[in-house]
Amino acid sequence: MNKKNINNFTNDQLLKFYEKMFLIRKFEEKAAQLYGAGKIGGFCHLYIGQEAVVIGILSSINSEDTVITAYRDHGHILARGVDPKQVMAELTGRKDGISKGKGGSMHMFSKANRFYGGHGIVGAQVPLGVGIGFAHKYRNEKKISRVYLGDGAMSNGQVFEAFNLASLWELPVLFIIENNKYGMGTSIGRSAAGGELYERATVFGIKGEKVDGMNFFNVSESAIRAREYIEKNSKPYIIEMDTYRFRGHSMSDPGLYRTKDEVNKMKEIDPVLMMKETLLNDYKIQEDMIKDIESDIKKQIKDVEKFSLESPLPDLKELYTEVYL
Amino acid sequence: MKILLPALSPTMETGNLVKWLVKEGDSVVSGDILAEIETDKATMELESPDDGKVEKILVKEGTENISVNTEIALLKVDGEEIEEIPEKPIEKSPQVSSNASEPLSSEVNISMNSLLNQTKENSGGKNWSEKEISMREALNQAIEEEMKLDKDVFLLGEEVAEYDGAYKVTQGLLDKFGSKRVLDTPISEHGFTGLAIGAAMAGLKPICEFMTFNFSMQAIDQIVNSAAKSLYMSGGEINVPIVFRGPNGAAARVGAQHSQCFISWFSHIPGLIVIAPSNARDAKGLLKSSIRNPNPVVFLEHELLYKEKTNVPEENDFLIPIGKGNLIKEGKDVTVIGFSMTVQRILNALPSIEKIGISPDIIDLRSIKPLDEELIYNSVKKTNRVVIVEDGFGNTSFGSHLSYLIQSNCFDFLDSEIIKVSGKDVPMPYAENLEKLALPNTDEIVSAVKKVSYTN
Repeated sequence: MNKKNINNFTNDQLLKFYEKMFLIRKFEEKAAQLYGAGKIGGFCHLYIGQEAVVIGILSSINSEDTVITAYRDHGHILARGVDPKQVMAELTGRKDGISKGKGGSMHMFSKANRFYGGHGIVGAQVPLGVGIGFAHKYRNEKKISRVYLGDGAMSNGQVFEAFNLASLWELPVLFIIENNKYGMGTSIGRSAAGGELYERATVFGIKGEKVDGMNFFNVSESAIRAREYIEKNSKPYIIEMDTYRFRGHSMSDPGLYRTKDEVNKMKEIDPVLMMKETLLNDYKIQEDMIKDIESDIKKQIKDVEKFSLESPLPDLKELYTEVYL
Repeated sequence: MKILLPALSPTMETGNLVKWLVKEGDSVVSGDILAEIETDKATMELESPDDGKVEKILVKEGTENISVNTEIALLKVDGEEIEEIPEKPIEKSPQVSSNASEPLSSEVNISMNSLLNQTKENSGGKNWSEKEISMREALNQAIEEEMKLDKDVFLLGEEVAEYDGAYKVTQGLLDKFGSKRVLDTPISEHGFTGLAIGAAMAGLKPICEFMTFNFSMQAIDQIVNSAAKSLYMSGGEINVPIVFRGPNGAAARVGAQHSQCFISWFSHIPGLIVIAPSNARDAKGLLKSSIRNPNPVVFLEHELLYKEKTNVPEENDFLIPIGKGNLIKEGKDVTVIGFSMTVQRILNALPSIEKIGISPDIIDLRSIKPLDEELIYNSVKKTNRVVIVEDGFGNTSFGSHLSYLIQSNCFDFLDSEIIKVSGKDVPMPYAENLEKLALPNTDEIVSAVKKVSYTN
């Protein structure tokens, strides 16, 4: 792999990004285990395979920027710096969960960390995110609303209404399509007519590009380009991330719609492993340093698991709280 | 040829002759502008229907409240004999104009204004400086006052800005607040509703106008799944301070897709507040409270009530609390419950009810959710009989739920079945007679009151 670091990140910074990617990977593996053990209920959509997208974008983010996504949100809220304990306790439906056990896997929010969810209806987060961008502009804030959507959402009508509004009103929004090739079990070839997905936004006058979403450095480079464009032009931008999820759509996915060979082939470009190899080979970072990070994360995940299982169930009186403010 | 005052909107019954653009003796060709007419919604131009000469102007400019179909001028068309027009007074509509299908209260000597004057304790009991204005003006005032008080309040919707509002509710606001705070949207309800909710999540206080609530169906996912549920599913982290407002229910002859009451739909959803005012005073006080409320509020107006006038306080701090109904007429024999347009329908039936010696409590709910249960139950415990009037379809309706609540909370006090007078379970027909039949009417309300009172 070519050494590619247009952002001149220091080795320490790069290690931090790797740490985040590894944390998401290990967190999601633990979530899968806990789901299998019956400790997590309902729907649980894992982010495994797509880590380079969220961390590559993170590398370009101003801490004041806001983020909104759909239901595959664990990696996103972890990337924004929310305590993994609170995230896992939400998955186990406990009192100490980030949403007090009332949201679940798909509904997690943190205003302090500028994360606006966590939305379960495909496409619905896109107009919401444009609205957050509207608020940034209304208040003359130098913030960008970062709106994630999947390839499945790119055939949903309200997404195009949102593109139109974002472009018409020149809102500071970065749309990020996480094209993992399947909307649940329907491949993109069976759901989307025409050319590239991001081109569906360019007809509204939104500039965009398609990027290798398995490679942290490529994502980071495009994310920084996007940020500069939005800041300079006060207009939205769109990036289509070519990525892949190694696990099923949700935990109950039998995976009949794709072959094992296809999945295994994609695992050869595992974004976490590739990042690690790049750090070792191209940046000459000591293997021990990486090992230390990995063992710390593994230890942290054990604590996270313990916390999420020991936290009590929500008090029954919580049923009727927070319906109205 | 007689030039008549035309109906220039579905709900127009009277108009004002703002200005003549021709004078007697002028020659005109078909399509020339003869006059400017102010309707309930806008100022429109009246075109000449034919080539000819303006023979006589029958109604002076500046005349107000001229009924539709009044002769306003004579046009001498080539080859046509002019008939002699006997001198007669201009037809003026009654002081308070009437609903297209049924007379409103004013014509039966029970004015909403006088009833409200007797019940002012419901709005704080203060001596307000008041002015008689229409519901349309009252809503406009409420928005203007709240936008002045709080820079986070903004208004968006179709035609709210440059067009001055499809129903003139937002008239003049663009000039006062500029295009940053008063935004015309594309015809894109799903998108702009989601945008408004997102802006509310980020701390702004949008007023999201639906040109009519029929179009809110395009956006109902965002209202139900994003606005109503975010506070709960975020464990209290994200609130959505937004008002969805616009006309709801059947207007006049606009057909099935534009005539439907959504009160039962929205009041079904936990997390939404639902308001349905019946008069200008309540509309202002409740809209101001709604804009200040930190929750999503569905504020259901009624097109046929926009022009109705009552005394309305002019002060900034005039608020009507959400969740408080109003006993607009106190009686003893039966509790008749309505909201929005059905309050007028009940008042229309009141003389017939009183004629048979029955004295009703009339409750205007104002707030559908939360509901003023105390007011309702206290009245039912006194009268022991209940009639509920709603314009919406009767099947699985809000009225059905209300009758359930009453029977479970006042079971031992009831002396009769509860009767619900609802809209018929049919798509709204266009024909005038069928439309009238589809909505609750005076006879049905009177019959229901008689039935619960065991009176013939």
